Amino acid sequence: MTLRVDDQGGLAYSGYNFAYLDEQTKRMIRRALLKAVAIPGYQVPFGGREMPMPYGWGTGGMQLTASILGADDVLKVIDQGADDTTNAVSIRTFFERVAGVETTTSTAAASVIQTRHRIPELPLSRHQILVFQVPIPEPLRFIEPSEEETRVMHALEEYGVMHVKLYEDIARHGHIATTYAYPVKVDERYVMDPSPIPKFDNPKLDMNEALMLFGAGREKRLYAIPPYTQVKSLDFEDHPFEIQSWDEACALCGASDSYLDEVITDDQGGRMFVCSDTDYCQQCRGEVA
Amino acid sequence: MKRPQLIRPALLEARNITRLYGPKQGCEEIDFTLHQGEVLGIVGESGSGKSTLLRVLSGLEKPDNGQVIYHRSEPSFSELTGTDLTTPEPAHTGLGGAEGALDLYAISEARRRALLRMEWGLVHQNPRDGLRLGVSAGANVSERLMALGQRHYGNLRAASQDWMGRVELDPRRIDDAPRTFSGGMQQRLQIARTLVTEPRLVFMDEPTGGLDVSVQARLLDMLRTLTRQLGLSVILVTHDLAVARLLAHRLMVMRQGRVVEAGLTDQILDDPQHDYTQLLVSSVLTP
Ligand SMILES: Nc1ncnc2c1ncn2[C@@H]1O[C@H](COP(=O)(O)OP(=O)(O)O)[C@@H](O)[C@H]1O
Ligand SMILES: [Mg+2]
Repeated sequence: MTLRVDDQGGLAYSGYNFAYLDEQTKRMIRRALLKAVAIPGYQVPFGGREMPMPYGWGTGGMQLTASILGADDVLKVIDQGADDTTNAVSIRTFFERVAGVETTTSTAAASVIQTRHRIPELPLSRHQILVFQVPIPEPLRFIEPSEEETRVMHALEEYGVMHVKLYEDIARHGHIATTYAYPVKVDERYVMDPSPIPKFDNPKLDMNEALMLFGAGREKRLYAIPPYTQVKSLDFEDHPFEIQSWDEACALCGASDSYLDEVITDDQGGRMFVCSDTDYCQQCRGEVA
Repeated sequence: MKRPQLIRPALLEARNITRLYGPKQGCEEIDFTLHQGEVLGIVGESGSGKSTLLRVLSGLEKPDNGQVIYHRSEPSFSELTGTDLTTPEPAHTGLGGAEGALDLYAISEARRRALLRMEWGLVHQNPRDGLRLGVSAGANVSERLMALGQRHYGNLRAASQDWMGRVELDPRRIDDAPRTFSGGMQQRLQIARTLVTEPRLVFMDEPTGGLDVSVQARLLDMLRTLTRQLGLSVILVTHDLAVARLLAHRLMVMRQGRVVEAGLTDQILDDPQHDYTQLLVSSVLTP
């Protein structure tokens, strides 16, 4: 294997272009991203490419990451908040190999973070980009199977059905039972699916300093929330949006302000709650120690 | 002192409308004016073009020729409840300028759809075409209110229950699925869902068709009470002259796509002039 210097000054294995995708494809995706940034929450179609991984493994997010990555970037990849799951490790390894970029598990040290299902607990800065892996980009899909019709509904802001869904939640469960992929309105215009993050993370979408990009590989759609954009979770006046809360704190680090996962500890029904964001948990423990 | 208006202003005008699928199939050269508060019946045997005409009038199908003119005047329910219909510049969903005559097929699809959603109502013959079967009765009834921007769950429920009562459905069934309702009850639910925003103009296509005779009679009675109470403006398509007699102030008789006779309901039914109307009235023609 020979190393060569690619057009962005990075080192890469020969045979691959820097970050796997060819420059023309990356330019095409970046053009679509610019459009997405210009129209916050609007789904932009893009000519998605095959990635050497099956759909459902974050190929949409990977194409976006590949298109924005530069040689100086520091990449972090998380899956459900953790850096060490199979999915996160294989995507991180992939970019180490095809882009030769530095990687990290530290949220603060990363310039690009690709994520599945979580937003890091540590507030992001304006020097960071968060790339979401999105399975189903269309928030209206549950009610309307036709792509043509959902596009018209977005264009005309025909969003009454989103509240029909929330109404039905309350009628059935006494409260809004949607806990993941909780729909939001971006910049008072487009209704958007924030990908299956827990609604706990929804408030972090609002006025975030970082640029947030969303990529759906199978459906070949991308969308964006630019820095400092208003993002509001849909709700009713008398049933306002609320995030999850826990009675206990993290069993490992004692944090009481993070999203907790329930972990089964033995087969006698023992269980504990720990931070889903592993980096955050480690940082907390470091501070305590 | 406020006097009753003797001459009611025009609400909807059909100007020389033609929509043909083949010779005499569809509707041809239709002209009429619907006034505010009026119930206009369109009658004729099956295949005479009634539903085609109704689709054109209600913005669902562009005519080959002619115009549908809608006159907007007083503030509507949606305006009173503060949705964006009156903003001077057309918003994404708004209808723009509050007053004046709208040429239904000259305005954008966006405005046409907004009109249908916010100021008009459509009652389908088959209630399943007009209902969302996957959600509860209450969600069905309050959907149009949500589309207009109402965001108070308690108020939405209260409105749903109120309207279920008005169409003689048990308000305690608010959380039941439409599937668990009988055909006649589903039709009542569809009517409640349509009228909840108090639309200025309602289109109905055979609203009592496909129902048992006894169920039909009660539904008709309810419809008559509601149209009077609310002073609704309605265009009603029916092949059933008994339905037309009960509900309509005026009738248009259609045959092979054309209007052959028009006038006050009693006049047409008691003293039909055209041969075809005479046949219809004497029930020689069965639909
Ligand atoms: N979409 C269509 N395509 C072709 N022909 C149609 C269509 N809709 C209606 N027609 C024809 O137009 C005529 C009038 O139909 P319709 O308006 O449904 O009559 P009515 O409602 O009075 O029974 C019929 O001959 C019917 O077959
Ligand atoms: Mg018909």
